[in-house]
Amino acid sequence: MEDERADILPGADTGTSENSRRNFLKQSTLLTAIALTPATAVKAAEARADEKFAEAFEKMPVKLEVNGTMHNLSVEPRATLLDILREQLDLTGTKKGCDHGQCGACTVHVDGRRVNSCLTLGVMASGKKITTIEGLAKGDELHPMQEAFIKHDGFQCGYCTPGQIMSAVACIREGHANSEMEIREYMSGNICRCGAYPNIVNAIQEVKEGGLQV
Amino acid sequence: MKPFQYTRAVTQQSAVEAIAKPGTKIIAGGTNLVDLMKRGVATPDKLVDINNLPLKSISINKLGHLHIGALALNSTVSESALVLEQQPLLAMALKAGASPQLRNMATVGGNMMQRTRCAYFYDTTMPCNKRMPGSGCGAIGGYNRMHAIFGTTDKCIAVHPSDMCVALAALDAHVIVSSRKGERVIPFTDFHRLPGDNPEKDNTLADGELITGVTISHNNFAKNSYYLKIRDRQSYAFALVSVAAALEIDGGTIKAARLAMGGVAHKPWRLYDAEKALVGKPANEDSFKLAAQIAMQGAKAYENNQFKLKLGPAAITEALKHAAGIV
Repeated sequence: MEDERADILPGADTGTSENSRRNFLKQSTLLTAIALTPATAVKAAEARADEKFAEAFEKMPVKLEVNGTMHNLSVEPRATLLDILREQLDLTGTKKGCDHGQCGACTVHVDGRRVNSCLTLGVMASGKKITTIEGLAKGDELHPMQEAFIKHDGFQCGYCTPGQIMSAVACIREGHANSEMEIREYMSGNICRCGAYPNIVNAIQEVKEGGLQV
Repeated sequence: MKPFQYTRAVTQQSAVEAIAKPGTKIIAGGTNLVDLMKRGVATPDKLVDINNLPLKSISINKLGHLHIGALALNSTVSESALVLEQQPLLAMALKAGASPQLRNMATVGGNMMQRTRCAYFYDTTMPCNKRMPGSGCGAIGGYNRMHAIFGTTDKCIAVHPSDMCVALAALDAHVIVSSRKGERVIPFTDFHRLPGDNPEKDNTLADGELITGVTISHNNFAKNSYYLKIRDRQSYAFALVSVAAALEIDGGTIKAARLAMGGVAHKPWRLYDAEKALVGKPANEDSFKLAAQIAMQGAKAYENNQFKLKLGPAAITEALKHAAGIV
């Protein structure tokens, strides 16, 4: 367990009883390097002395389970979960809208909770289970919420739709889809510039009333 | 975003040791800090992730007070049975803030530490005494519709953006902080500060101090409390004006009252004089209107936020009516 924990928690401070000697030895090469050199590395990056050199030291190991598949990645601490999903894992279903937590287009589930992936640092999501829009369908069988969005025309341009659907699924799971008012309130973190709101609400109500497992 | 070093604190002691070093910042939910870092407003050299510390619990402590760990999520607190039963005002305020996604990330300690949303603070090409002391205030003489009407100075007219903090100020909560020197308790109303000549300081937290939790003493406000938030859209927007109102009513007479406003000052703005004026009065609209009038004494508007001088008292009256159950 401890091994696993250390593996999935990059940056865990060493020298505590929670870290076994074995872990320490295993991690020591990389962690010592990280602990001892960042100031130098950062300065090098700022001075553009040797960006590749600096980058190699700044990257950290991250373990993400995305839609049931485990990924061992190496990321910069400043990389957001959104950028990792899109740029490293080619899961481009999750959209970058505002990139500042104001539009909800980047909504994914982390350990079952809907969050804005644009404000989540990848290193902080290490060891967690991520579900993106790509993880909802079972093979060719769409998720009931995806079906409902199509049926009710819950989108026009479609850019906000992955985030809307991830939020809609969470909205029902949380028990916040009991009335139109409640759905509107609990879907307020997802902006639709095309204004498909009435149809989105209809889609969610239908799935909720259908009583299907979401 | 400027590169930074990332470490994860495994113990509270290691977190406290880490933040004693300059250039180091704590990260919890990150909903505000990551945004500020993307914009170049916050540029820490090192982030210490405290999410693994055991500071998430919501419980009744030995003194019978409600204790909420600094890392409890805003969403968790807003739906906690204990909070809903004992301090429903806090739950209401939390639900009025941000979006469901952000509330799933944001923590109680982080909510307290969030910075103002003043546009001049965020825009690094503009002057802002809070971001860059001595550079001036872009909002004074600029676009100041969202800004403060109480406690302003010629250095800063920004408002504190939190809803949760308005409720905690009204409920006389306490903040528990930890540092190398040990533990310290700060009355919530003393935690945030007015801008004075140092608007760069949002609060009275000393360097190297870590918020570990908040406590709220038992009170009799659960039956008659209300959080009213007025904003440009019905949800997911910062307050133009908000009011936390808590009353203890006995046979139609007000025995005790707590009132605080959001969106009007650099800190959650307690309305002590209005509270005093309510005690002993009948719980009706006339009493509430009088209290609202008293509450607005000393308010000073700027070019674009004159409307707050009218919206403020109307919101206070309305919140008190809801709290008293006469709406």
